[in-house]
Amino acid sequence: MALIVVAVFFSVLIGVGIFYLSFRYRRRPGHEVGQLVEGSQLLEITWMVIPFIIAMVLFAWGAKLYVTIRQSPSDALDVYVVGKQWMWKIQHTDGRREFNELHVPVNRDIKLTMISEDVIHDFFVPAFRVKMDVLPGRYTTLWFRPTKTGRYHLFCSQYCGTNHSEMGGWVDVMEPSQYQAWLSGGSNSESPEQAGQRLFTSLACVSCHGDLSGSGPGPRAPSLRGLYGSMVKLSDGRTVLADDAYLRESVLDPGAKIVAGYDNIMPTFQGVVSEDQLLQLFAYIKSLGNQPAQNASAAPGASATTAAPAAQ
Amino acid sequence: MERTGSLFGHFRDLDQQRETASLGMWVFLMTEVMFFGGMFLAYTVYRWKYHDAFAAASRELNVTMGALNTGVLILSSFTMAMAVWASQMRKRNLLCIFLIATMLLGAAFLTIKGFEYAQKFEHHLVPGPNFNFPGPEAEAQHAEIYFALYFMMTGMHALHMIIGEGMLLILLIYAWKGSFTGDYHAPIENGGLYWHFVDIVWIFLFPLLYLIDLHH
Amino acid sequence: MSTTTANPPPASSPPPKAHENYLNANYGIRSWLLTTDHKRIALLYLVSVTIFFAMGGFFAMLIRLQLLTPEGFLVGPDTYNRLFTMHGVMMIFFFLIPSIPAVLGNFLIPLMIGAKDLAFPKLNLLSWYIFNIGALFTVYAIVTGGVDTGWTFYTPYSSIYSNSQVSAAVIGIFITGFSSILTGLNFVVTIHTMRAPGMTWWRLPIFVWTQYATSIIFILGTPVLAITLALVAAERLLHLGIFDPRLGGDPLLFQHLFWFYSHPAVYIMILPAMGVTTEIIATFARKNLYGYKAVAMASLGIAVIGFLVWAHHMFVAGISIYAAMAFSLLSYLVAIPSAVKVFNWTATLYRGSVSWQTPMLYALGFIGLFVMGGMTGLFLAAIGADVHVHDTYFVVAHFHYIMVGGAVMGYLGGLHYWWPKITGRMYPEMLARAAAIILFVGFNLTFFPQFILGYLGMPRRYATYPPEFQVLNVFSTAGASILGLGYLLPICYFVWSMRYGPKASSNPWPATGLEWQTSSPPPTENFEVTPVVTWEPYDFEHRPDLGLPKPERARPKPLEAPGLELGD
Repeated sequence: MALIVVAVFFSVLIGVGIFYLSFRYRRRPGHEVGQLVEGSQLLEITWMVIPFIIAMVLFAWGAKLYVTIRQSPSDALDVYVVGKQWMWKIQHTDGRREFNELHVPVNRDIKLTMISEDVIHDFFVPAFRVKMDVLPGRYTTLWFRPTKTGRYHLFCSQYCGTNHSEMGGWVDVMEPSQYQAWLSGGSNSESPEQAGQRLFTSLACVSCHGDLSGSGPGPRAPSLRGLYGSMVKLSDGRTVLADDAYLRESVLDPGAKIVAGYDNIMPTFQGVVSEDQLLQLFAYIKSLGNQPAQNASAAPGASATTAAPAAQ
Repeated sequence: MERTGSLFGHFRDLDQQRETASLGMWVFLMTEVMFFGGMFLAYTVYRWKYHDAFAAASRELNVTMGALNTGVLILSSFTMAMAVWASQMRKRNLLCIFLIATMLLGAAFLTIKGFEYAQKFEHHLVPGPNFNFPGPEAEAQHAEIYFALYFMMTGMHALHMIIGEGMLLILLIYAWKGSFTGDYHAPIENGGLYWHFVDIVWIFLFPLLYLIDLHH
Repeated sequence: MSTTTANPPPASSPPPKAHENYLNANYGIRSWLLTTDHKRIALLYLVSVTIFFAMGGFFAMLIRLQLLTPEGFLVGPDTYNRLFTMHGVMMIFFFLIPSIPAVLGNFLIPLMIGAKDLAFPKLNLLSWYIFNIGALFTVYAIVTGGVDTGWTFYTPYSSIYSNSQVSAAVIGIFITGFSSILTGLNFVVTIHTMRAPGMTWWRLPIFVWTQYATSIIFILGTPVLAITLALVAAERLLHLGIFDPRLGGDPLLFQHLFWFYSHPAVYIMILPAMGVTTEIIATFARKNLYGYKAVAMASLGIAVIGFLVWAHHMFVAGISIYAAMAFSLLSYLVAIPSAVKVFNWTATLYRGSVSWQTPMLYALGFIGLFVMGGMTGLFLAAIGADVHVHDTYFVVAHFHYIMVGGAVMGYLGGLHYWWPKITGRMYPEMLARAAAIILFVGFNLTFFPQFILGYLGMPRRYATYPPEFQVLNVFSTAGASILGLGYLLPICYFVWSMRYGPKASSNPWPATGLEWQTSSPPPTENFEVTPVVTWEPYDFEHRPDLGLPKPERARPKPLEAPGLELGD
């Protein structure tokens, strides 16, 4: 609103000023030439300083808003989004998958973690005033808190090829009870954690990292139990946070960061896993909690979980 | 507009002409800095991101040939500077000798570069379908980025060298005809500026590309 | 302030005879295609850019027709994607960027500084050939299927996924870039070394200052675009993948490199138009420019700060919060010198003698539309707000206000203003005023609805759209048809005037610049005798040769502070 006021004010000021001055001082007999007007340094400085102050106020307001937009709250409901030419694949943490449509409960913080399989896309919900590019090779996030139920446009707003205009969809904001109903009315497909656990075995991760539900880590690879969200000490002395980007890099480019005390022997899985499968694997790893298990034979799910809330 | 002697018609006097030509070459060299600068920026970003892969890739380069080329180019800048001196001293024959020396050294640089490129081709280090770098897949991919930058940067540099050779040839022809041993040697001086610039670019390229982590 | 002992310039030269001006000095196609006369080269550029403007305009017409209906009845999405790409490429690289510098700058700079030609006349001709060779590559790309990446060529779509003629197009733009670089080089050196005796820096017309600032951007920015596009071509043709995310390449690196040029490029497009506007306002208000030094310094300021703001195109691209804040702050700073110029232009009208002849209509229209476009730029610089409107029609409206409402109006205003000097003929005044008004109205009808469309959420580069956006799109297309008429009229009457327009004197307005001290059209060597400059710019006081009454001194109130003055 402030922006519109400033814009209209100056546009009108200059517009009216030009009209008035060019009429008041129009050329007419007796006024064939302009008068000599001295310049004024004070005036020049004044009309530099005042716009500068206005600009700084607008900047500060915009920056504050932007920081809020970019920093998602910590207890948000996680949803995973994979963009590809020319559709959106949406993965809820409880297992429901959607295409080009996102169902969310009202009055909850929702955080989207997004990646592209091919070119740059952009997830844009005009009604929520949120937008973020979806990149290949790197996760980006976007969060919002819907406050009114309804059906809202979703657009791709980074040109991505032939059907860029068709790559839209809907965000459905529902009352909590309806949302629960929708969740449990979902297909019988396995949850991402189950899919991830399956992949963990089929891709032979167990052979080095061990079976996470039972025995501890193998001697050759660090433990993944409680890994997500923890700080990891690397062989080069650095300590990094094990977030989504770290997990993804560890699978696709394991040599980039070696955990202290281990050798650089993990093979890369680039070309072997798709973005969807990566998200399923990470859902599985996250489901093992972020506190390392004390008891090597702890049953699955016994450890405290701060991962995305389960369906009920 | 007509030309009288070495004075072009749109200038007031030789002084203005000389000042103009010199400023023109300096401004042009500034554009060249920005041109190469884009590639240097890309290189910097990726080397910071993939340092180990870049170091491993760099060790595949032939440091001996690179160092030899560095010496060759520095020597050629010396002969070019001598050519400028000779034209200021109005010594036509000496001027031509130094221009020829510079051209020969430049040709030597390009020949050595040719051998290097051939080696890369044989070792499957040219990015594209035949690229093959020993090591884990991710490191190989990042090494491919290194070599893409290597070929773009040294290739662009070599292109500038070739253009420089052409420029030297033209200067040589006019020098032989005696055009630069009177009052007018701006083309030799400005040609020298261009040649020195191309040399300086190589002085940056050599350590950045060849000397990343030699003693690993 | 003006010296009281200034010698006014001599009276204007008598009307020219055959073989006495640059137009009839030589006849024949060779004398034009091999000319080194900056004035003829300017006309060669005029022909080239007009052709490319027509091409870009044709694509625009097809775009607006397509957008009449939500499902798009005219073309399929693949074709539409090529249409908006080629519209952008032709308009930006082959019309807007060269227009004022290569046509008006080439023609006027030597005249305005009292030189016989630019510093490097042969290089100037080479620039024109390079320009057209680059255009040829791009036209080849168009006729062999077109490019569908958007004029911004974002990777990895452009470097890997697109199946269109990307390589040919980027090679064409690469080549044409050298035309810009050499023109900028020519201008910078010329302004430094070829000024006539007495033409000090503080006596230069603002048009020269803005061309100088523009040339700095040409020189420093264009090479970065060149290498960036070369890397994209290398990735496509030679598989030298450095933007390929599958190899670990960073798609954002392309964006940084691309916008490092392409943001300053928009200042290339607007600064010369600001220079033109300044000249016109001083002449048609018959008054010295208010705040000359401030306006000159502001031009340089825009060029410098303009290099520091590029990532405001990337606020939602995945850059860090801190980077976004830095670029937002700097983007607000770059607005300040522009504001200073607008205030000074408006203040120049105060106590002037304002005539509403065609050039002045364009200049005043420029100020109004530039202010509106600039204000909406503040929306975009506010990062919180930008998140909503980025990549929507709001942005499209913003940049069209600046580039069409600003740069094109400046170009047309300049063409009208200097037409008598360039051709020795006057255009038809009443028809020209009508065309200016038609253009202004058509323009606003076309692009104002797009601000609303963008705010409501319609993304850009959409071949089809949800039905609720149709009404505004129809308005926009209707406006575009009026805008098109506004463009057609000048083309017609300018051509008509070259044969049938009344002959012009050397200083018809009259104006104070050095270019008006020689005949219309000027002789090939510009001045019979090299002028010696002893008068200040926009000085109506010490110029009896203009045939105007001597201006009175205004009673000091309220724009002035006693004792303080900023020299003009």
